[in-house]
Amino acid sequence: MSNKTFYNEMIDEAGRVRPHYASFASWLSEMPEERISQKRAEADALFHRHGITFAVYGENAGTERLIPFDIVPRIIPADEWAMLQAGLRQRVKALNLFIHDVYHDQNILKAGRIPAEQVLNNAQYRKEMQGVDVARDLYAHIAGVDIVRAGKGEYYVLEDNLRVPSGVSYMLENRKMMMRLFPRLFSRYRVAPVDRYPDILLNTLRSVAPTGVADPTVVVMTPGAYNSAYFEHAFLAQQMGVELVEGQDMFVQDDQVFMRTTRGPQRVDVIYRRIDDDFLDPTAFRKDSVLGVPGLLQAYRAGRVTLSNAIGTGVADDKSIYPYVPDMVRFYLDEEPILHNVPTYMCRKADDLAYVLDNLAKLVVKEVHGAGGYGMLVGPAATKAEVEAFRQILVAHPERYIAQPTLALSTCPTFVDAGIAPRHIDLRPFVLSGEEVQLVAGGLTRVALREGSLVVNSSQGGGTKDTWVLEA
Amino acid sequence: MLSRTADHLYWMARYMERAENIARILDVNHRMSMMPQSAVQQEQAWGATLRIMGLEGAYYRSHGELSADNVLAFMVFDAENPSSVRNCLRAARENAHAVRGTLTSELWETTNGTWLKMRDFTPEMLADSGAGEFFEWVKYRSHLSRGVTIGTMLQDESLRFIRLGTFLERADNTARILDVKYQLLLPAGEVEGGAADYHQWSALLRSVSAFEVYRKVYRDLITPSRVAELLLLRVDMPRSIARCLKEVYSNLQAVANDHSAETERRAGELEAQLRFGRIDDIVRDGLHNYVVRLLSRVQDLGNRIADDFLVPVS
Repeated sequence: MSNKTFYNEMIDEAGRVRPHYASFASWLSEMPEERISQKRAEADALFHRHGITFAVYGENAGTERLIPFDIVPRIIPADEWAMLQAGLRQRVKALNLFIHDVYHDQNILKAGRIPAEQVLNNAQYRKEMQGVDVARDLYAHIAGVDIVRAGKGEYYVLEDNLRVPSGVSYMLENRKMMMRLFPRLFSRYRVAPVDRYPDILLNTLRSVAPTGVADPTVVVMTPGAYNSAYFEHAFLAQQMGVELVEGQDMFVQDDQVFMRTTRGPQRVDVIYRRIDDDFLDPTAFRKDSVLGVPGLLQAYRAGRVTLSNAIGTGVADDKSIYPYVPDMVRFYLDEEPILHNVPTYMCRKADDLAYVLDNLAKLVVKEVHGAGGYGMLVGPAATKAEVEAFRQILVAHPERYIAQPTLALSTCPTFVDAGIAPRHIDLRPFVLSGEEVQLVAGGLTRVALREGSLVVNSSQGGGTKDTWVLEA
Repeated sequence: MLSRTADHLYWMARYMERAENIARILDVNHRMSMMPQSAVQQEQAWGATLRIMGLEGAYYRSHGELSADNVLAFMVFDAENPSSVRNCLRAARENAHAVRGTLTSELWETTNGTWLKMRDFTPEMLADSGAGEFFEWVKYRSHLSRGVTIGTMLQDESLRFIRLGTFLERADNTARILDVKYQLLLPAGEVEGGAADYHQWSALLRSVSAFEVYRKVYRDLITPSRVAELLLLRVDMPRSIARCLKEVYSNLQAVANDHSAETERRAGELEAQLRFGRIDDIVRDGLHNYVVRLLSRVQDLGNRIADDFLVPVS
């Protein structure tokens, strides 16, 4: 695979700097090398001091690592963002309609647009949610949609994260860091600000409070200080000015949720929970969970508290449902999808499986319920032995996997040990659905720091970049 | 605010204060060890340091013999000693981490930064560059965190629980320092005064930043009962127990809830007794007994604060 097959965000096919990167490129060429290394070291020191770290599982318990931050921004021109924004709004609207539908009338199943058993037998489908009405009929109030660029620069949706998408704090902190390190750079560009996100998030959460609650109390619920995303939980609670609670801080009485405060119990109306469905309520889901609140599901079903996101959104971001999202857009909105899916082979289908098995070395195979880059095969990057080992698993459990062509993910120049080199990137914008569907102009750009690697997850050695959406 | 949040804030402050006081106690001994004194005296001083924190048993179990280097290593670095400076700074940071959203970013960064720097110190470094510098560093980090707390935190409940932690811990620590040193320096029957004593008493005053204060307040020779008065009863002395209790009482009033009346009463009672107490009476009845009772009342306040505010009740 040669480098020129990838779309480079900064340099075009003829080796010229793309217009929206021109000013940055000239700025960079004026910067002495020592100054750059000094600034990079400064960024590391600042992130450490601020404690902007994530906990790593499996290594020494309690270890905290920085997510490497790269100082070359990912720049998105205004027209491209306008298209992405329209596409994201449309897509998330359709997904919310889908979730409401499958827990109520199931019209899309009755119409035969999606095989009913694929939805109803899905492990992520929560029967407890059937017939339960939630505020504004909205389920995924916060969605993190992963977008990649491939081929000649076309955008594709890689996956819709509708459960507890994380990373937004890095979007905000990376911008702060860039502004602190290189204030002058921002006078050369009109970069759309992102710092209103916590405000919009709070408004969104308040707008989905149970009906009849005039001045809703919102909290952020974290599994605790040792969770890998704890920094973000604390950060968002602080930025919104709401309490950061753990399960042990809350209790349910007469279907009403309260938190324990220094002045006695206080009612809670909206819980922005950063904890999976399974751990929410030990009396309803996993009995061994010490993270949850006994009775929470009952209070939720009674409509006395809003969980954000709702229980059961996983049915819509499951990789086995993903191929149907464009159809959802057509079915619910009667519109053509603006954003494209990556072509996907469903190994549960015999034809698709046969194709996948014949072309394993060219494909990326993913576990249907997997997340975080664990349990996947990247064909072109795998050894023969790895491919063969995966083949066995695939034949045994085809229904657990989907496969996609290896996308020639776009690259962006990135600082690595050897200097500046192109590295693969993706993009996760955050879509907020409440009274209206809103997003700030930006997102989290993740970068795969290992040469040739397509895996951008922070748990697998990925880094991040500041993401600039240019104002028109 | 959340009970758990209040709990973390309170303990964050207590551990930071404890780290500072341990550094102060060790610093005094460290300075004293540079003065001419007998081996027995030196040993007694290090033993007293351990006794102040109630750590004699733990020390002898792991180290056996008393020696300056061993006590320093034990009190500064030992992972098994919950009150080592290192563990205190770590605990302060862990508590801050758990409620970082409640802290101003400056306060969080200060606390986190202190811990990150602490990890760089080694026993060898203390031996090489002089432990004194390290103790100064701890003291100043504690000053800094207090300053950042007062200079940046909103004056709401969060600040109150931080202050409660600071002053309860300080009351406890000052009482312990006074008690142990008093017993050590003034064995029963010995007459006050004398030149040998001077260094000892001035060292005790220095350990609570009270040497200059003493001079200013009394403009006279250093005598044990005045030292005791200064550390126990002088409300204008920032590390005295009277001062600490005044702060505890006022912060307690500010956070009062439906079931904290008795705790408030007990704090107020103790505060008043210190405010109106006379050192002559205390010395006549025995300072040691007085301090022992005082410590148990401070501890009682700590327990009651935990029950009333910090431990989740539904």
